[in-house]
Amino acid sequence: MVSAHVEELDLEESVAAAEQAIADAADLEALDRLRVQYLGKKGVLTAQLKALGKLPAEERPAAGERINRAKARLHESIEARREVLEQTALEQRLASERIDVTLPGRANTRGSLHPVTRTIRRIERLFGQLGFRSAEGPEVEDDYHNFEALNIPADHPARAMHDTFYFPDGRLLRTHTSPVQIRVMAEQGPPLRVIAPGRVYRCDSDLTHTPMFHQVEGLLVDTDVAFSDLMGHLEDFLHRFFEREDLAIRFRPSYFPFTEPSAEVDIQCVMCGGEGCRVCGHSGWLEVLGCGMVHPEVFRQVGIDGEAWTGYAFGMGVERLAMLRYGVDDLRLFFENDLRFLRQFD
Amino acid sequence: MRFAEYWLREWVDAPGVTTAQLAEQLTLLGLEVDALERAAPAFSGVVIARIDHVAAHPHADRLRVCRVDDGSGTEREVVCGAPNAAAGLHVPYARPGAALPGGRRIEAGEIRGVVSQGMLCSEQELGLAEASEGLLALPEGVTPGRDFREWAQLDDAVIELDLTPNRGDCLSIRGIAREVALALGQSAQGPECSPVAVTHDQWLPVELMAPAAAPRYAGRVVRGLDATVATPAWMQRRLVRSGIRPLNPVVDVTNYVMLELGQPMHAFDLALLGGEIRVRYAEAGEDLELLDGRTVTPDAETLVIADDTRPVALAGIMGGEATAVSAGTSDVFLESACFLPAAMAGRARRYAAHSESSHRFERGVDPALAVMALERATALLQEICGGEAGPVTDAVDSAHLPRRDPIHLRHERLVRLLGHEPGDERVKSILEGLGVAVAEQDDGWVGEPPTWRYDLAIEADLIEEVARVHGYNRSPRTHPAYAAVIEPLPERRRGVDDLRDELVARDYHEAITYSFVDSDLQAELDPEAAALRLANPLSADMDVMRTMLWPGLVGALRHNLNRQQERVRLFEAGLRFPPTNDGGDVRQENALGLVAAGPVETEHWDARRRAVDFYDVKGDVEALLHAAAGPCRFEPASHPALHPGQSARITVDGASVGWIGRLHPALQRRLELTQSPVLAELAVEPLLEGALPAFEPIARHPSIRRDLAIIVDENTPAEAVVGAVHEAAPEELQRAFVFDVYRGKGVDSGRKSFALGLILQGFGRTLTDQEVEDAVAEVLGRLQADFGATLRE
Repeated sequence: MVSAHVEELDLEESVAAAEQAIADAADLEALDRLRVQYLGKKGVLTAQLKALGKLPAEERPAAGERINRAKARLHESIEARREVLEQTALEQRLASERIDVTLPGRANTRGSLHPVTRTIRRIERLFGQLGFRSAEGPEVEDDYHNFEALNIPADHPARAMHDTFYFPDGRLLRTHTSPVQIRVMAEQGPPLRVIAPGRVYRCDSDLTHTPMFHQVEGLLVDTDVAFSDLMGHLEDFLHRFFEREDLAIRFRPSYFPFTEPSAEVDIQCVMCGGEGCRVCGHSGWLEVLGCGMVHPEVFRQVGIDGEAWTGYAFGMGVERLAMLRYGVDDLRLFFENDLRFLRQFD
Repeated sequence: MRFAEYWLREWVDAPGVTTAQLAEQLTLLGLEVDALERAAPAFSGVVIARIDHVAAHPHADRLRVCRVDDGSGTEREVVCGAPNAAAGLHVPYARPGAALPGGRRIEAGEIRGVVSQGMLCSEQELGLAEASEGLLALPEGVTPGRDFREWAQLDDAVIELDLTPNRGDCLSIRGIAREVALALGQSAQGPECSPVAVTHDQWLPVELMAPAAAPRYAGRVVRGLDATVATPAWMQRRLVRSGIRPLNPVVDVTNYVMLELGQPMHAFDLALLGGEIRVRYAEAGEDLELLDGRTVTPDAETLVIADDTRPVALAGIMGGEATAVSAGTSDVFLESACFLPAAMAGRARRYAAHSESSHRFERGVDPALAVMALERATALLQEICGGEAGPVTDAVDSAHLPRRDPIHLRHERLVRLLGHEPGDERVKSILEGLGVAVAEQDDGWVGEPPTWRYDLAIEADLIEEVARVHGYNRSPRTHPAYAAVIEPLPERRRGVDDLRDELVARDYHEAITYSFVDSDLQAELDPEAAALRLANPLSADMDVMRTMLWPGLVGALRHNLNRQQERVRLFEAGLRFPPTNDGGDVRQENALGLVAAGPVETEHWDARRRAVDFYDVKGDVEALLHAAAGPCRFEPASHPALHPGQSARITVDGASVGWIGRLHPALQRRLELTQSPVLAELAVEPLLEGALPAFEPIARHPSIRRDLAIIVDENTPAEAVVGAVHEAAPEELQRAFVFDVYRGKGVDSGRKSFALGLILQGFGRTLTDQEVEDAVAEVLGRLQADFGATLRE
């Protein structure tokens, strides 16, 4: 009787002391020690529970319940304190792990595509939407593919427009990408939608000419291709290429032995908006393309029936388009491969 | 073709059309205006004056005081320093208040104590010449007081056309006027070309000995000329504005008629011609001294004009010196002929004698023009030099005159090719305006081209003409209808662009270098390959086709190293031209070249601070090889351009596909490179055909890893060790790899330690410890046997 009362007082004191100790626990280890001290297998409260057997049977349930309540209370306090301490520990850790996020990341450098490649890709993608596939051809060409088959026989005055590099055996470096037209037509036959980007060569070098440059040739052969289709496609192409739907475009009659009718295409000068400047020679116009309907003689050379099929072809200078698109003012930069130039196209 | 705008306007009256509009119209006709220049810079207040009296300046030895009549009724006194100031001379006179080019204003003012009322002008002062000596002397007969600018037609413009080679018919004012008139809906009107009076009967017989090449040759004798007179100012002006230097009145007239009508002409000094005219091919052994002083030996494909004994002109190209007209010439034989393009093509170039004449004949001269031009030239000659005209000799072989066969133009074809219909009436009027004789038919038209249009022969030619004159920009813009087909898309196949993207992502910049390189550099880098040599290189440093991409990349590397770019990583994709194995020809194959030099990373707060080495670039190459269809190897091999201990041949499926290595130090020194680059080059084709992913089940049981540290001889290749591990181990070995290489303490000199990682994986079960131990023992035994490997403790 007395004993139960005394025990009850002892329990109260122990719990109060434990609560205080828990609140004072400075870190998780201290807290864990308290947990062991009070709630562990050999802990104070566990010992009291074990001692229940010494009480009279009628007191046991009440005493047991008291002890269990005390255990639960302490458990709760410990968990609450643990949460606080864990939170503090986490905060400390986070604070200690703080880094300078403004320092640059590792291996963050990237190379770049040459602006000529970049431009060719853009052209290929735009015409790719129309189903044009890319084709290639040799750069060391023969006279037949570069000239004869394109209706430019020996001594034709048009040859004077091509300052040709020759090899001792009579072969040459292709002066335009048009020989690819011939090869594709002869090998694949119609219908055809082909684009042929590549290097071409002219024996000429000054401020505005390099002995090697790039062209993209385009060829569409189908049953009913008209000159107005050529105009429609090229006008769309130029608007999309420059992302300027209001860009003025004009078609000028011209002459290429392998097309007829033939045209050169001018765009409104993208530098001065057509007002006239140094780039456009104060004309307000920039020539960007040559094009026309495939000449009957060319069809005959490659064995395509020019009555059953019609076609258009065009050729454009890649460096010229790249210069206009990106504002490059010196053609020679394209082949110096100066990193300060190349890096600008990443 | 350069010409004065005023000259053209004399033929086509277009008062409402400005110079700029005229130029645009020409361009839109396909006669592209290349340049449009003013005939003279702006100035005002300059009139013609006559010097009446010249007196010495009282206070200056070099100056004189001129009294001039400027038509105002009052004589003016002008101080002048020009040596050619003389009484009776007509000169341009800038009155007080005149504004000269360059913003110079002329006022009355004292010059060394004498009041000068304005200035007498030189060509330079009026902006008419870069430099000039003395006053601009004007021809006699000009009227004092007349505005100089107006008299000299200095408000004229000079138009330069960049004509396409098919439009030889527009190499004349007549031809251009014809086009402009058609576009403006007017008619072109030229000068009178009616026959002059024939007042003597001397003539030269002409024999057409090569009628297929020269089907027409007209000529006439003009006697009693005075070739010492000056060519009239108006004619000189037009010649100059066409870029032709006036020489003497006879030559000037022939040039003038050529510019006006398009008929090249030539005048021989009759006294120097020996007998009849023969138009024939040159014969072996014949020489000819040309007007430019050079002697040429025309070949058997070259037409000449010969007299009884010798060639006297390269037909249609240039006259001979021996029969040239001079100031002393009094009798001439005028030539007005038609030499056909096929016989003229390339000939002038053969003798480096390109001329205004050959330029026209190569492109085709109207065969109907010969006599008309002859009459026009005679009339002009008589007007300037006097003289008596003889009868015209007109030798024609009509069977060989260029034929202008009728062309069938189908309405349906016209619409199909153009995509629109200009209208039947419009088609007919355009063709007729061009001089085509048009007959209508059920299905279209039949058109007979005019004699001057060598370029009209087939239906497409007429269709182009209709479109051109109608105006390209009046055509609608359409889109063709064609079959919408999904094309094949081979999934195994990569493109060169994928390789490019890989390298860009790996920090390489794409370069594009010339395909022709310096043969010396080429020989340094690829000494065993015979490079294809250009017959006409632009310069010695671009004389051979590259056999590999390194010469260009090394050049680009050097360019950058010399410009403070320490870290250089470049690649190029393009054709190379190595000789074929039998040495007879070149292959043209796509290749990929890499060069890397300098720090492995850009300077960075946490960067590895070392130079790029073999393994960095090898990693990049391995990434490119990733998708290759077969097993890839790097075999130690030596290449003349590479460091013998740091170079490898790259193979795919046993076949060589390229090289990698550090540039040979000796070569680095010779090429004066400040960094030691690593180079690689790969054939592109073997890299493009990859394998399709094929799924394999993922093992469900844990894998087991065992690490071994072995010691082997220094020259034992890692690849051989790993290969032996694979051979010795049971099939459960999934992967074996070197994860460390160690030399130093604990390893004898001349030996090295490899740390090997072995991953074993049972199929359908977990391997037992015993199985793993057995496998490792097997591997160790093999390594010991093959390489004398010992286990590192």
